[in-house]
Amino acid sequence: MADTSTVSHGTAPEGAVGPVPAKPGSRQLANTARRLASPLAIIALWQIASMTELLSPRILAGPGDIISTAGRLVASGELINGLIVSFLRVLAGFSIALILGIALALVSGLSRLGETIIDPPIQMLKAMPFLGLLPLFILWFGIGEAPKIGLVAFGAVFPIYLTLHGGIRGIDKKLIEAGQTLELGTFGIIRHIIIPGALPSLLVGVRYGLSVAWLSLVVGEQINASSGIGYIITYARDFLQTDVIVVCLLVYAIMGLLTDGLVRAIEAYALRWRPEVIA
Amino acid sequence: MSNLVDIRKLQRSFGGPAVLDGIDLTMAPGEFVALLGRSGSGKSTLLRVLADLDTAPAQELQLPARRSVVFQEPRLLPWKSVIENVALGVRHPDARLLAKQALADVGLSHRLDAWPLTLSGGEAQRTALARALVREPQLLLLDEPFAALDALTRLRMHDLVFELWRKHHPAVLLVTHDVWEAVALADRILVLDQGRFIREIRVDIVHPRRRDDPRTSLVEAELLKELGVEPLHA
Ligand SMILES: Nc1ncnc2c1ncn2[C@@H]1O[C@H](COP(=O)(O)OP(=O)(O)OP(=O)(O)O)[C@@H](O)[C@H]1O
Ligand SMILES: [Mg+2]
Repeated sequence: MADTSTVSHGTAPEGAVGPVPAKPGSRQLANTARRLASPLAIIALWQIASMTELLSPRILAGPGDIISTAGRLVASGELINGLIVSFLRVLAGFSIALILGIALALVSGLSRLGETIIDPPIQMLKAMPFLGLLPLFILWFGIGEAPKIGLVAFGAVFPIYLTLHGGIRGIDKKLIEAGQTLELGTFGIIRHIIIPGALPSLLVGVRYGLSVAWLSLVVGEQINASSGIGYIITYARDFLQTDVIVVCLLVYAIMGLLTDGLVRAIEAYALRWRPEVIA
Repeated sequence: MSNLVDIRKLQRSFGGPAVLDGIDLTMAPGEFVALLGRSGSGKSTLLRVLADLDTAPAQELQLPARRSVVFQEPRLLPWKSVIENVALGVRHPDARLLAKQALADVGLSHRLDAWPLTLSGGEAQRTALARALVREPQLLLLDEPFAALDALTRLRMHDLVFELWRKHHPAVLLVTHDVWEAVALADRILVLDQGRFIREIRVDIVHPRRRDDPRTSLVEAELLKELGVEPLHA
């Protein structure tokens, strides 16, 4: 049965008379400029305060100094090396959190028994201020890489577990029924319905977990680091180099934004079936 | 010819009074049966038993192995394209090809790679129909599949379902609220009320059935009375 002829009507002719709306691109540009105005003004005031020595470099270095310090640290390779070490710590800790969080959420999301065993202790641990665990981690793992990676993993595992668990529990039962009528079997239903259906929640958890991971790293690296961004900060503190500290904080922020952007890109691809992504 | 579906004394309750109270139902292969009844009379409950979606302790049922269901909502997996949805339930090396043919049968060849959430209601329901038919069911269970569609689309869907039934010839159990839908399509119409069939009507009028045919009008009026609705034009 083919659709019969359609009648087209109501479309305005090309070049219709009337006010021409501004191109979306240029409007966006104007909007961005407006939003940037106030931060730029603050930076300018900050620079003036530094140059007039109203603001002592021992309290906070000026923007100009910070930029030249950043250039120096990059050129010497110091910053890049520290960054790699820090990044590897986040990578290791976050990978552990991801694997552990997904495994726990699958078990507790897919079976009632699993939920009874796994969910209550996780809900209790979640209530703990996990950054406060650092002294314990140091006692258990010493002062090498392990407590830092452990703290990152511990902090990031909760958002991953909680969102994925919620996502699995929230899957539309009607879709699961449809899968049963298609005789997909338990494994097929998990693969075709539950996992893709819970993916949006998981990705939210991953993004949140990543921000927690960087935060944990910042804290973990303040203590007894002999390498990494945190070490550079500790060293700079001893020599009152506020410019170096600010550069390092900016690097943390940039890394957080970059990893978040990566997950957003994955999200845009993996969730392209959502109409708001399609449109 | 032996029966494809044979159910005796089917009972089902959800704690309270019986929702299905001793239902006997037989269906011949290729037979088109429509099931009418007030809201809450147990139509979906019966259909879910036939679809094997009911988790109650199994009763003695004779059902064909290959069954398909179309629900009131399309229940497509939003993360799979239209053709992937249709191919999903097919155990066959040429699943994709079969899915393509099934989608051509429902007039959706141009939407193969569309995402389900971008389909119109009618397109989504046609996809669900293709997904049901591609499995070549012996028994096709339809639970108010057109209830959410506009009147015009619904009439087109009637023609489509009728054509597909002619072509594949599954036995069909169509649950509906639409009396004309039942009269236009079914060989036999059952009326369910308080867990029992209170009426069975054979419709022997040749297809295509016209609504202004006095014989269809008669059946329609009779059914409406059975459902407790006095037709306006009576
Ligand atoms: N899982 C369930 N748990 C408890 N009660 C149920 C359940 N499923 C159905 N019922 C009850 O059984 C009765 C029949 O429901 P059913 O869905 O079969 O009606 P229906 O004839 O399909 O109605 P409608 O035309 O509105 O779809 C209703 O009173 C309903 O509340
Ligand atoms: Mg129903």
